Amino acid sequence: MNIVVTVKQVPDTWAEKKLDAADKTVDRKSVDNVMNEMDEYGVEEALKIKEAHGGEVTVVTMGPAKAVETIRKALSMGADKAVHLTDDSLHGSDALATSAALAKVISTLSPDIVITSSEASDARGGVIGALLAERLGLPQLTQARKVTVDPGASKVTIERLADNGYALVEASLPVVVGVVEKINQPRYPSFKGIMAAKKKPLTTLSAADAGLDGAAVGLAGAASAVVTSEPAPPRSSGTIVKDEGDGGTKVAEFLAAQKLI
Amino acid sequence: MAEVLVLVEHADGEPKKVTAELLTLARTLGEPSAVFLGAPGTYAKAKEYLAQYGAAKVYVAESDDIASYIGGPVAEVLAKLVAEASPVAVLVAATADSREVAARVAAKTESGLIWDATALSADLVATQGIFGGSTIVTSKVTKGVPVVVVRPNSTAPEAAPSTPAEQTVDVAISDAAKGAKIVDRVVEAKSGRPDLTEAQVVVSGGRGLGAAEHFTLVEKLADTLGAAVGASRAATDAGWYPHQNQVGQTGKTVSPQLYIAVGISGAIQHRAGMQTSKTIVAVNKDPEAPIFEFADYGLVGDLFNVVPQLTEAIEKRKAG
Repeated sequence: MNIVVTVKQVPDTWAEKKLDAADKTVDRKSVDNVMNEMDEYGVEEALKIKEAHGGEVTVVTMGPAKAVETIRKALSMGADKAVHLTDDSLHGSDALATSAALAKVISTLSPDIVITSSEASDARGGVIGALLAERLGLPQLTQARKVTVDPGASKVTIERLADNGYALVEASLPVVVGVVEKINQPRYPSFKGIMAAKKKPLTTLSAADAGLDGAAVGLAGAASAVVTSEPAPPRSSGTIVKDEGDGGTKVAEFLAAQKLI
Repeated sequence: MAEVLVLVEHADGEPKKVTAELLTLARTLGEPSAVFLGAPGTYAKAKEYLAQYGAAKVYVAESDDIASYIGGPVAEVLAKLVAEASPVAVLVAATADSREVAARVAAKTESGLIWDATALSADLVATQGIFGGSTIVTSKVTKGVPVVVVRPNSTAPEAAPSTPAEQTVDVAISDAAKGAKIVDRVVEAKSGRPDLTEAQVVVSGGRGLGAAEHFTLVEKLADTLGAAVGASRAATDAGWYPHQNQVGQTGKTVSPQLYIAVGISGAIQHRAGMQTSKTIVAVNKDPEAPIFEFADYGLVGDLFNVVPQLTEAIEKRKAG
């Protein structure tokens, strides 16, 4: 099984995120950056499939030089090799341009399974799996809470999360799988894994190396633009009351006064 | 007037409330054309509703293919309509399925995509809360036909009865779009409660409940209010409540009129999914819980006393 898993470096969930004042892209300089938490589930699922069926796991990321830290993490969890697409011209790429660039790199790797997570904590678009499926012309097995690979039948079946349950969805390899959290329990990198990661193959590609059209990527190629950006008006705390035995009644009185009941 | 395509959000033909919201919004941008894509025989259930909310035209495509595959067929038909009708914008609801469809349509038509818009002006400038609602941006699509994914509960639906022209759309789905086949749909929890993202009232439970069975307290309160039930990540991680009901950064984003947080500390993870709620009420025994910093009404106390009393008080008011 040739498995590709995409990861993204994002500002830490606990950091105060903001947009860069000049170009209105996510400010990645003033905060701690970490692997997108949801991507850990993607890496784990890739490793589990490899462990069950053999093969190789390649990590693919697009991002600034610093994003190599996130690649190292995936390699130390157990991925075999990595491709890092990095170029100043890619800065400011929107989801559409990012998916096109990633698809271009991924297609050269001829994967059986491309794994991505359902959402990145910075942009929260939740569309990268669908976009990769569209760009690569592969079946879209997104929102997966369970993945079953049947190499003999060359088939993948997933449980796709639905509002009141799930849909059982199947497709023939190659496929794009998008995983949700709780699909597994991502492993922590072991000391041995961390040491081994340093020696694993890492290919760094520029936009030109990847054969990307400079006009179609980055801020220049973005299909949407931020017009204005400002902090949301702060939500101030309202009335805080200590329960004196009649707390439930008090809440009901508040709701009634607000005409909410 | 130019057309605005609205992808009808429905369950087996029964339109979701967000469809009325999108049609209402579309009327401020141009002439709303509803796009109904579903299994054969399902359109009949939506017809009256779409007319009531002012669709000037309805594109109808009914086919087993549409309901049987993930992503591809709906995106293919919608992209084809975009190419033919050259609308000023395409509006879809911010649901898991439709946002994926929107992304594919944007890719197919080389158009810009904006997601989680909470408002859209007549000149197509969208408002979005990003970083969990802590920053408000306005943005504009600069290429192709704007494909805008709109959050439920962003527009108050207003009826505007019309007699829409119906146009049957020829559905010839390519094999490439039929890659991910739905072989079964399994209903695990049929609650009869409103959809979490569409609900006017949401009652959520968290770590403070202490056990799965205590969610019945939350459910009872929700049912007296006609509310949806949500859960914090701590509660879904513990397996107390289904992942589908998770509110927060890695779950759903909700924006109801009233949000009641029961036993939820209100860490940034959770806050990101609910802080745009109109009124927030919190019950937590820890006076230092971050949720009290942004709740409109906070009650410091034992939820096991407060919640049943609240449920009873609401029932009494309803009866009286």
